Amino acid sequence: MGIDQVITSVIAVVGVPLALLGYIIVGEQVIERLSDSVQSWIRPYFWALPAVGFATIFMVYPLLRTVVISFRNSEDTDWIGLANYKYFFTFPDTLTSLRNSLLWLVFYTFFAVFLGLIIAILLDRVRYESLAKIAIFLPVPISAVAASIIWKFMFDYQPPGTPQTGTLNALIGLFGRDPVAWLVNSTTNNAALIFVGIWTAVGFCMVIISASLKAISSEVLEAARIDGANEFQIVRLVVTPLLWPTITVVGTTMLINSLKTFDIVYVMTNGAYDTDVIATQMFSQLQHAHYGRAAAVGVVLFIAIVPLLIVNIRRFQQQEEQR
Amino acid sequence: MSAEQVTTRRESAVAGSVSALNNLGYRLQRLPLHLVIIIFCAIWIVPTIGMMINSFRSVSDMGTSGWWTTLFPPHGFTLASYNQVLSLEGVTPSILSSVLITIPSTVIQLTIATMGAYAFAWMKFPGKDIFFIVIVGLMVVPIQMTLIPVLQFFQLIHLNGTIMAVWLAHSGYGLPFEVFLLRNYLGGLPREIFESAEVDGAGHAVRFLRIAVPMTIPAIASLTIFVFLGVWNDLLVALTYLGTSTARPFTVVISQLVTSLGGGWQFLTAAAVLQMALPLAVFIFLQRYFVRGITSGSVKG
Repeated sequence: MGIDQVITSVIAVVGVPLALLGYIIVGEQVIERLSDSVQSWIRPYFWALPAVGFATIFMVYPLLRTVVISFRNSEDTDWIGLANYKYFFTFPDTLTSLRNSLLWLVFYTFFAVFLGLIIAILLDRVRYESLAKIAIFLPVPISAVAASIIWKFMFDYQPPGTPQTGTLNALIGLFGRDPVAWLVNSTTNNAALIFVGIWTAVGFCMVIISASLKAISSEVLEAARIDGANEFQIVRLVVTPLLWPTITVVGTTMLINSLKTFDIVYVMTNGAYDTDVIATQMFSQLQHAHYGRAAAVGVVLFIAIVPLLIVNIRRFQQQEEQR
Repeated sequence: MSAEQVTTRRESAVAGSVSALNNLGYRLQRLPLHLVIIIFCAIWIVPTIGMMINSFRSVSDMGTSGWWTTLFPPHGFTLASYNQVLSLEGVTPSILSSVLITIPSTVIQLTIATMGAYAFAWMKFPGKDIFFIVIVGLMVVPIQMTLIPVLQFFQLIHLNGTIMAVWLAHSGYGLPFEVFLLRNYLGGLPREIFESAEVDGAGHAVRFLRIAVPMTIPAIASLTIFVFLGVWNDLLVALTYLGTSTARPFTVVISQLVTSLGGGWQFLTAAAVLQMALPLAVFIFLQRYFVRGITSGSVKG
């Protein structure tokens, strides 16, 4: 990394917008000379081309190509049918990663959304709301890499009898409990990793849920109070149903995130002690140049996301009808 | 409820002290609420503070006592971890590399996305709806589905291991979401403005550059923060296309140090603090734009 890269970067930062500007101005000059019917036919494609081109090269084509690779051997020389998929669904390590991803899917999604909802509702009732929100939101801008190092210290383990350096073990030590090797012990490590994921995600859920909570008119809540509903009933029977559309949007996002989880597992345990998830499993196959197997893992991940993709498209179409 | 009943019963007797009593009762009733909130806030803030404090302690202190012991004298604060991290081979270049990856990636994708979004918002063409539905679908496609073919593509054109590869990859991955968001924003601008410009003889180039772009600046600003931090914090994309290249960014170097060091990783707290300094600064100073970007883009996967 030297002066050359700095110059290349400056050229890119200045050059790309200028190049696009040139593309637009020169292109429009050319298009305006054409006949009206040709103009109206060609112009939209000319404008959409850079974006659609990028999306095609880096997403659409690779997506299709990955499906093809998943049916081929590591050297990409021969068709091997479903062998890569058979490997994925029979090999113990990959099955563990599949199980862990399911754990992430259920617990990460549920608790991130649930805690986001609870905290948003609680904070709505106090005067220091904005300050408390900053505290809860703080982990969101932090990278998963940094969050992993933060939590490596929380989960740090020293042998019993020595001073505990990990916050969590020091805390349970106060109650006379023996320290736990949270990240090594296979009964706690997945829960520990999922908790770190939840910790980084709750702020995101809270902010979005809180925004639509503010949109609920206070008259509705007043009416419920006059009818004699207590606070718990109001939350359960009035607020939550009104927030449901938002909760499903946030929930879908969390489901997708849970399936794509990579950074936290990669940095904190690198998949050791049975903590692998499908994304880290795929990456290690990729590192070992088992492209076929890696592609099959990718396809499985994609298939798991397809229902959510359809939900998103449906929601988009509904929004379009309302425009 | 009960506080209210107490009030009505005693109202006639001691009107003055009642409101104080009522107030106290109300406060006591709300005590659990405050307690729960404080516990949540502590869980969400203490780990970060603990690690920040640890980053200013010596490695031997970190390995033998918890960060909280430093709150009492002797404090023993030192910058040793920072010196150690920055003197490690590859760390300082990787910080520069993070900057050189993040800024061009952000600029490239946002300029392309704005132009594409304009076409989808203000032009009619056959297949437009299908194209756009594909874009909506692409927003949630896991990038894992693209890693292998894109890696092979970079190897083919000899871009593998260069920062240019990561610029292109990030731009490709970010585009669907940005086109989607900007198209919604652009499409919400008043139609009359564009129509009257057309009547005045302004072509699409003028309408885009003089009307659409300036009016979209608020959305672009929020998106810039969002995209910038996304690329700055990225691990997977850089790890895949840069791996062990000298152009690898800070996040990749930190993650590789964590795995290779095994024990004695404690001084990496300093690296983590340096890595998250920029996102935290952005969050603190540009909070409003940051949160707006998140709420408006809540559909993103």
